[in-house]
Amino acid sequence: MKLSPKTATLLVLVLLIALSPLLFPSGYYYRVGALIFVNAIAVTGIVILTGYAGQISLGHAGFAGIGAYACALAPVHLGLHPGLAMVLGAVISGLMAFLVGRPILRLKGYYLGVATLGFGILISMVLNNERQLTGGPDGMEVPDLGLRGLLKDAGLDLTNGQFWYWFCGIAVIIGAWLALNLFNSPSGRALRALHGSEVAARTVGVDVTRLKLQAFVISAVYASVSGSLLALQNKFITPDVAGFMHSIEMVTMAVLGGVGSVLGAIFGAAVLTLLPQVLTVFAEYEQMVLGLVMMLVMIFLPQGLLPSILRRFRRGDE
Amino acid sequence: MLKVEGLRSRYGRIEVLHGIDLTVEAGEIVTVVGANGAGKTTLLRCLSGVQPVSGGSISFKGETLKGVPAHRRPARGLTQSPEGRQIFTNLTVEENLRLGAFLYHDDRVATDMEDAFQMFPILRDKRNLSAGGLSGGQQQMLAMARALMGRPSCLLLDEPSMGLAPIIVQQIFDVVSGLKSLGVTVLLVEQNAFGALKIADRGYVMETGRIIMSGAADDLIADPRIREAYLGI
Repeated sequence: MKLSPKTATLLVLVLLIALSPLLFPSGYYYRVGALIFVNAIAVTGIVILTGYAGQISLGHAGFAGIGAYACALAPVHLGLHPGLAMVLGAVISGLMAFLVGRPILRLKGYYLGVATLGFGILISMVLNNERQLTGGPDGMEVPDLGLRGLLKDAGLDLTNGQFWYWFCGIAVIIGAWLALNLFNSPSGRALRALHGSEVAARTVGVDVTRLKLQAFVISAVYASVSGSLLALQNKFITPDVAGFMHSIEMVTMAVLGGVGSVLGAIFGAAVLTLLPQVLTVFAEYEQMVLGLVMMLVMIFLPQGLLPSILRRFRRGDE
Repeated sequence: MLKVEGLRSRYGRIEVLHGIDLTVEAGEIVTVVGANGAGKTTLLRCLSGVQPVSGGSISFKGETLKGVPAHRRPARGLTQSPEGRQIFTNLTVEENLRLGAFLYHDDRVATDMEDAFQMFPILRDKRNLSAGGLSGGQQQMLAMARALMGRPSCLLLDEPSMGLAPIIVQQIFDVVSGLKSLGVTVLLVEQNAFGALKIADRGYVMETGRIIMSGAADDLIADPRIREAYLGI
């Protein structure tokens, strides 16, 4: 039996997420796993924007910031449940992406990169400066989601780490499933087509402007949900979530793992979340080694880690 | 079917089309021939809407195309097969064809694809391969097949013979002349004047942004000035 790439990808993801805990030496690793998943969700959005549609954003942390601060602010000021606050954050991010995206997506290549960069910096500055609202650089507390308590009452007692591992793990699978469905849909094909040639895409009747905007909005929602989940599990948030470095991290994870494939990008998120933990043995040289690893991967495996490794395996079969 | 009057277009401050008049009747194959840089491709780009028009008018099936964006024109039956075989190299052959039928979601898509494979059997063999791996001739076939998937009533073909081996060029021209029996009207832009005029009903000769001569294709082939300037005979 031959599995479709979509089914195969989802199967691999489910198995990895379900079985990894068997190998965890301590509860701490649930926490690391949940962090990987949070990044994986944002990176899946980058795959849609950059991998499918070929548009680059250096400001997606801005949307993560909106999602995170929605979870911190909406429960306090609007009395919303934190779960609903997450939805509100996603809606605001989507609307913001729609408004910003219209003028910005006319730009191409590095002009688009710089424009999105500006957007990210703007959000980060607002979060830093509106002290009375956001607490400024000191950050602010985020209320408890309350779901773990409900599960406990229902007889399922999870540690905090375990709860967030499974909760975010399921979110990753849903996110990947949606992205893979998009890939094979007419809209997904059209996105990949305009990636190749916008002129040719227009000549077959693709509304290039609208589709690029759609991809931008969808990826912004992914980033927003990722930021919300980070805020909810840490129960504390600082403007760093919207910072420039976080935007760069998202793109780097996606490109390092393989920006054209959902599984590859998630793999990249895992590697770049884990690597700093492993590299602590290098102490103060950690950043240097990290940079070196990234450079070597891009030089020798330009398609990204996972696609390059898979190709090598396939060649072995023949 | 297609009527162009006094069409002007510019790249920045430089005007490259200085008032083009041209008509294409339903069922015709009309060709625009001329040397490199005469403005042939710009003309087609204006018709498909990817190049801004600075003056004059274009009407299609009696309606003006002014203000109709490029992506809305295929739905009206006007489809361009762009120069340089702009196929989607990162997609498979079949995905390219499906994109050609982007506007349609009915059963006819499957039969149209079957027709495309009948017309170009090589595409069937390679349907699941990346389009970037096709040879130049196969890419041109794919570009034409993709355009036909859009069910055009008028097909704009931009230099389909460019950079291809003579035997492939003949094959492509055969297919173009066969489109007539499918009820597709063709506007063919070509540097290969002889090949294009041979299959066309009428022809226009372009030079530096102007139409300098027009008439029945047979008359143009026989015209001594054309023979000397464009046919190298």
